[in-house]
Amino acid sequence: MSDLGSRPCADAYNFAYLDEQTKRRIRRAILKGIAVPGYQVPFASREMPMPYGWGTGGVQVTAACLVPEDRLKVIDQGADDTTNAVSIRRFFQRTAGVATTEATVIQTRHRIPETPLTDGQILVYQVPIPEPLRFLEPRETETRKMHELEEYGLMHVKLYEDIARHGQIATSYAYPVKVEGRYVMDPSPIPKFDNPKLSGNPAIQLFGAGREQRIYALPPWTETVSLDFDDHPFRTSKAPHDCDLCGAPNSYLDEVITDDASGRMFVCSDTDFCTGRRAGGHIGRLGEAA
Amino acid sequence: MNAHALEGGFTEAPVQSARTFREILDAMARPGTIRRISGATPPAPLSIAAGVALLVLTDPTTGLHLAGLADHPAVRDWIAFHIGAPLVRAEEADFALGTWEALQPVSRFRIGQPDYPDRSATLIVECNQLTSHGPGLTGPGIETAARLNLPETAAFRTNRALFPLGFDTFFTAGDRIAGLPRSTRVEAS
Repeated sequence: MSDLGSRPCADAYNFAYLDEQTKRRIRRAILKGIAVPGYQVPFASREMPMPYGWGTGGVQVTAACLVPEDRLKVIDQGADDTTNAVSIRRFFQRTAGVATTEATVIQTRHRIPETPLTDGQILVYQVPIPEPLRFLEPRETETRKMHELEEYGLMHVKLYEDIARHGQIATSYAYPVKVEGRYVMDPSPIPKFDNPKLSGNPAIQLFGAGREQRIYALPPWTETVSLDFDDHPFRTSKAPHDCDLCGAPNSYLDEVITDDASGRMFVCSDTDFCTGRRAGGHIGRLGEAA
Repeated sequence: MNAHALEGGFTEAPVQSARTFREILDAMARPGTIRRISGATPPAPLSIAAGVALLVLTDPTTGLHLAGLADHPAVRDWIAFHIGAPLVRAEEADFALGTWEALQPVSRFRIGQPDYPDRSATLIVECNQLTSHGPGLTGPGIETAARLNLPETAAFRTNRALFPLGFDTFFTAGDRIAGLPRSTRVEAS
C-alpha cells in the first residue's frame, strides 16, 4: 500500500498539518459528537490543500486523531489505489510521517471494509452532505428544528414514495439510520449493503463534512437501525454474482465493462479484501492464480 | 506571577496532545474504561490527568470554571500562561474543574440547547482514585456493561434523563482518566 516508501515528516509543517488551535476545536467537536451519537456538531472547517469534495472533512478529523504510531489506511469506494486515496495518504505521510499499512486509523470514502473492524480502530468517513433531511427540506433552520423535535415523518414519506413508485425502497446508498432511538443520521454515501456494519461495531466511527462544517460520531457498540416499514423491512442489496477475481460470494461488487460487446465482470469493491483472498488461493471465474 | 507557572507544560505540544487526545477520546467513547495520560506537571492541587486534559482541550476560546480548591492562585497563573482560557462563572463555563463536592450543585452547568445540544459544559471531576467497581453503566460505547466508582448516581441519572441535553464528565485521579458522556445509563445505587 505504501507506494512512496516512508518519507520523514516534513519539518516545515506542524504535526498532521493543522495548527494546534484548530485541532483542539475539532477534538472538542468530536467529543461532543461521541457524547450525542448521531447529532451533527458544527465546527470551524478549515481550507485544506485539496478541494471540497475530496474529503476535507475526513482529512481534518483524521488530522485531529492521528498519532505518530498510527498506521493509516485510506480507501476510496473500497479501493486503496485511486487518486483520492493515494493523494490523501501521501498528504499524511508527508505532514504526519505515519505509516500506511495494517491500519489503526482508516479514512474511507463510501465503503466500510469487508474485513470486520476491531476495537483498536477508528473509521473516519468523508461526508458530502451530512444532513439526511437536506434534500427534503433545504432550510438549515427547519432541519435543525426537525432534529430538535424528533420529527422525522418526512423521511418516512420519502421512503413510502419510493415504494409507491418502484414497489420497493429504491434508496440504495446513503440509506438513513436512526441512532440509539434518537437522531436520524446520514451514514455518508455507503451502499446500504454496508448499513448493518454500522450497528454494534467495536471501532469508533467518526464522520467529517468539510464544506458543510459538521462532525458526528458513533461510539463503539452503538445501535443504529435502518429506517423501514413493517411490511417493507430493510434489505441489503448487491449484484447477484460472485467476485470474478476472487470468487467471494458475499462481498460488495463493482460492475466493470470490459469491451464494447457487452462483456462485463463483477469484482470486489474492497480491493484489499480481494487481493488478500486471491493471495490465499481463492480464484474466481476470470481470476488467475497469484 | 510566580516563575513556577512557566513550568510543567507540554514539551512537544503537537505530538503530546495528539497522543493524549487519543486516550481521552477512548475514555469518552468507551465509558467506564480507565486510561492513562501524562506529559505535563500542573501545580497542586491539580492531578496530572486534569492538567493534561486542560492542555489538550481548552484554549482562549473556552470559558473555564475552577471550583473549590482548584481555584488556587498557582493554578490560575499556570492556566494563564499555558492555556489562556478565560476563567468564568459556573453558568457560563465550557469546562469546569474541581472535586465533585466543589462542583455542586451540578445543575448550574450548561446542558446545551434543544437545537444545539453540543453547547454544553464538560466537567473534569478530580477523584482520589478510579476503579472498575461501582454502579453498572450501559449505553453507547459499552458492549454489555461497565463499572466505575462514581461519586454518586442520582445526578448522572438525572443528567441522562435530559438526553440529548446534559453535561459530559471526565473523572481524573493521578495520571488516570475515565469518561462518562450524557448518553450513559447509570444503574441506581
